[in-house]
Amino acid sequence: MTQRPFRLIDAIRWGVYGGIAVVLIALIGMVQAFSNKGIVADRVTMSQVLVFGLIAAVALMTSGRAAATKPRLIIPAGILAGGTVALFPALLALLITQVNLRSVLLNASPELADLLLPGNANDLVSALQLVALGGAFGFAVGALTRVPARVRRSLVSAGVGVILIGLLQAVFVVIIPDSWRQFLYKANGLSTNGAIALFIVLTVLDYAWLRGRPLTQQQIGRLSAGRRRVLRMVVTLIMLGILAVLPQLLGPFLSEVADIIGIYIIMGMGLNIVVGFAGLLDLGYVAFFAIGAYTMAVLTTPELPVVRNVIPQLNFWEALPFALLISFVSGVLLGIPVLKTRGDYLAIITLGFGEIIRLLVLSDAFKPILGGAQGITGVARPRVGDITVVNPQQFFYPILAGILIAWFITARLKISRLGRAWMAIREDEDVAAAMGINLVGYKLMAFATGATLAGLGGALFGSKLGSMVPASFNVLVSINVLALLIVGGMGSLPGVIVGAAALIGLPELLREFSEFRWWVYGIVLVAMMIFKPEGLWPEATRLRELHEFETPVPVETAEETETAAVPA
Amino acid sequence: MLARLRREFDITDVILYLIGVILMVSIAYGSYVTITSGKYTSAQWTNFVLFGLAQGGIYALIALGYTMVYGILGMINFAHGDFFMMGGFAAFFVAAALAQAGFLETNPFLSVALMMLGAMIVAATVAVLAERIAYRPLRRAPRLVPLITAIGVSYFLQYTARGLFGSGVKAFPNIPAFTGAWQVGTIAVQKSQVAVFVVTTILLVFLYFLIQRTKIGRAIRSVAEDKDAAALMGVDVDRTIAITFLIGGTMAGAAGVMYGIVFRQASFIMGFIPGLKAFTSAVLGGIGNITGAVLGGLTLGVVESIGPSLFLDGLGIPSPHQLKDGIAFTVLVLILIFRPTGILGERLAKRA
Amino acid sequence: MSQNHNHILLAHKVSKRFGGLQALTDLDIAVAFHAIHSVIGPNGAGKTTFFNCITGFYKPEEGEILFRGQPIQGMSPDRVAALGIARTYQNIRLFTNVTVLENVLVGMHRRLHTGWFGAVLRTPTTRREEKKAIKEAMELLRFVELADKADYIAKNLPYGEQRRLEIARALAGNPDLLLLDEPTAGMNPKETEDTMALIQRLREEMKITILLIEHDMRVVMNISDIITVLDFGKKIAEGDPLAIRTNPQVIEAYLGRGAAAGKDYGARTTAAVEG
Repeated sequence: MTQRPFRLIDAIRWGVYGGIAVVLIALIGMVQAFSNKGIVADRVTMSQVLVFGLIAAVALMTSGRAAATKPRLIIPAGILAGGTVALFPALLALLITQVNLRSVLLNASPELADLLLPGNANDLVSALQLVALGGAFGFAVGALTRVPARVRRSLVSAGVGVILIGLLQAVFVVIIPDSWRQFLYKANGLSTNGAIALFIVLTVLDYAWLRGRPLTQQQIGRLSAGRRRVLRMVVTLIMLGILAVLPQLLGPFLSEVADIIGIYIIMGMGLNIVVGFAGLLDLGYVAFFAIGAYTMAVLTTPELPVVRNVIPQLNFWEALPFALLISFVSGVLLGIPVLKTRGDYLAIITLGFGEIIRLLVLSDAFKPILGGAQGITGVARPRVGDITVVNPQQFFYPILAGILIAWFITARLKISRLGRAWMAIREDEDVAAAMGINLVGYKLMAFATGATLAGLGGALFGSKLGSMVPASFNVLVSINVLALLIVGGMGSLPGVIVGAAALIGLPELLREFSEFRWWVYGIVLVAMMIFKPEGLWPEATRLRELHEFETPVPVETAEETETAAVPA
Repeated sequence: MLARLRREFDITDVILYLIGVILMVSIAYGSYVTITSGKYTSAQWTNFVLFGLAQGGIYALIALGYTMVYGILGMINFAHGDFFMMGGFAAFFVAAALAQAGFLETNPFLSVALMMLGAMIVAATVAVLAERIAYRPLRRAPRLVPLITAIGVSYFLQYTARGLFGSGVKAFPNIPAFTGAWQVGTIAVQKSQVAVFVVTTILLVFLYFLIQRTKIGRAIRSVAEDKDAAALMGVDVDRTIAITFLIGGTMAGAAGVMYGIVFRQASFIMGFIPGLKAFTSAVLGGIGNITGAVLGGLTLGVVESIGPSLFLDGLGIPSPHQLKDGIAFTVLVLILIFRPTGILGERLAKRA
Repeated sequence: MSQNHNHILLAHKVSKRFGGLQALTDLDIAVAFHAIHSVIGPNGAGKTTFFNCITGFYKPEEGEILFRGQPIQGMSPDRVAALGIARTYQNIRLFTNVTVLENVLVGMHRRLHTGWFGAVLRTPTTRREEKKAIKEAMELLRFVELADKADYIAKNLPYGEQRRLEIARALAGNPDLLLLDEPTAGMNPKETEDTMALIQRLREEMKITILLIEHDMRVVMNISDIITVLDFGKKIAEGDPLAIRTNPQVIEAYLGRGAAAGKDYGARTTAAVEG
């Protein structure tokens, strides 16, 4: 495949795509929502980062392409791309100051124009200023392409790092020492000096890390097997030690976030068996989460006289086995009709199941047993000795225990005969059957194990909240879990944790963001599938499987082909 | 005989049939009780059926997109319900603008035509763009990948609509020509339902000719049959797939207008449940089969409309209409148990 | 039926239709214990359909298939496999993204017993079983001369080795009957030679009965005890290689089709018939 040489029209084309993206972001309300979130206090807001981040991304990509075929066009390409992107928000701003579009587009307000355009007046001059600013930014990015690759990587990483540290102010102010905090942060964002210092430190650290990593890996590689094992145990112990004191480090607010992440990790582990190991796309996963939560609630609440007349009120520990058992049984019962059918129906049928469970819970027909739309309160909290586990810092521990159990189970299953059978089913059902693998049986096993783990997550969730409403169990929960799996890497256990931390933690920490989380998840799902289907922390097998369709070449030539096959 | 049963069935089949039989028996018992109790008059039943047909027409229009895409790509396009949603919004904004100008009252038929035009263009554009941007790069990926992508597209579209147009429900302006009912004997026939029925029929006939009699239709059929062979015969596969999405999107857009006329609302999540049901219709009729999608849609619409009163009420379930959405799903499970190929059988492309 | 005692597989009047297409018509085939039995015929004669009927992927409309005297038609593929029938595929179907060793271990599935609790708790029984499984898998890989590539990802093996791996995977289940669907397709003469030797060793050393679909007449004529010829889903001839080579109907079937569909088959068959 020969690459078409880069032309300036390509820069304009990508600039147009970027510009449309900026307009979309502005019109769905992200720019306005983020305008109050400071990254660098009083200087840079999150919405500016968003807009100029997109400009930078487009310029970086365009000049990168220019660098590959027409190096002399790098700078013009950067300027042109940046300017073209900026042209779109500028035109949008001018348009909404002239014409009232608000009857259709909710966010096309004069305030948006104010936010988009620099300066005080929303006129042609400030629009041109914005375009020029975009061009200048593109120029800077283009110039960056001239810098050696290693340094450039470190600079970009440091930039992203500064933004993240500014964004996650709520986390960092809790965990860093006071003196650092006073230097780094102001009320809303980083201090200017702090941001500059941070940028320099991060650049140096990243550069050193890039240099040092191969060396460290070499040294570890030279260790004997026994020593490596000791090293791994030491690392594990240190991590467990950190986990043990984490709630104290984090404080109540962040512990709450950690708890939610933790519950999603448990669910993610379960869905990982279903989707990642066995390749069954279950979109009704929330159903089992709801079943676990509701079993816990119904068995332990003092309300619901209809139930209390029949079943005595249980405590958390007595109810937990029932929650798991009922999740398991419903996994089997719901699994049988759907798992006997063709693979691709599964997704949509399970989607329907999730919806049905919610309908049943909401309905008047089941109100005496399940509480109807008002939900159930008075769900039991776990008691350990004399302590009732109530606050988020305490609740971290039962959740942590749940995660460790889920991790243990999935890790063991993965390397066993069952794990191999699931792999076979995922890769080729017919051949798996010809190996003597009972397809329905093994799919059911995956489905039911996943359901039980979801039930565990649900039981913990119900108990943690102390009360529940049907609204907590809509299909978006399933989508959350699926998205975190995909971002982390399907089939990968560390991936679940990475995915949960990113996709569940971030919206919890950034209230401004939570309104847009599913919009972003949508993009993330598509983008991951197209560009990085193996996820951020992939499992080795999955990496190979998903890149197969891109490079169907024998291994001897794979390397050279891969570099040559970069799409033009 | 028993040996044969033992050889060909296992315990999961037994459970499966048991579930199926229990469902069937409860349905039969519920219907029996309702009918013998005489709680509903025959005029009421007729109304249920008419409403069901109108609703089924909308399902059919959406189901066509599912079934055509499944036929040609072997993929469930989760985002299809959201193409319908986009069409619904387009129809709403056209209707709102026309209502403001007073055009809606003076020229109701032309107005609806304009709404159709707007909705079809928007939904078809969204469909084609989704195919081009999200699905085309993944033609040869493992089967899970396009499914997940489609879910991503679905959420992207839903929340784009939410961000652009707001999270509230938009109420369609009143179109006097389509409100009210004609009295036929004891039965009141809603004008909006008649309108939906007429428009749906016209579109379906048009589509039938498009698929059966034109060059584009032949190309679509040949790509559905065998992509590689079609490519060898000189059919532009990518273009044909894009056209399939275009047609599917157009139908979904029309469905959005119909939905607006019958239910008089648009919202960003309106695509989810109808999408699910349209998929059920497609499976019910035999996925990949265009006639089947229409038949499945109408059947499902009617079953869903009479179902809560017929079997749920008879079973003594309080406020049965809350569980209406559950019926479609029960139907889906029953088909999968007893006739997985649907009413008319599947017309599937060979899949590797 | 006295035949039961000396035949491992008996197909009796097996018919299979696809819509209007009659893929198999009243097919009778008897495979003797420890035989190498070949099924040949022009493309579309119904050979692979027959394999699919045996292994449970298709359910024949009529007729009976007995394995060791037990009817198996209509049984699900995994239960057929559990009885001791293994197969390979015309277009190799390995689990391409896992290691060579893992492929063989999956093939061993039916002989292992670890269940959910065994896997999670990793009981001594499980550990023993896994250890033994890996040891046996390595032995099998040595048998097909792939032991040094146990850690390779299956799709990175060259073509001929993928074929051998597929055979090893089929053998891992300790089958009594092995169905090989064109095991030498796409191989060079040297590889074909090796595969023939391998098939013969399967019978001699492992006491496995072999049912073989093959296009390469040299292979068929050299190693088969008995050959069944199919055309349009019907059996047109059966006998030892010598009888088949001189059977006018067989020549007619191949040459007649060869003239219409391309010279290739005709040429190959004629060469085989004459040689």
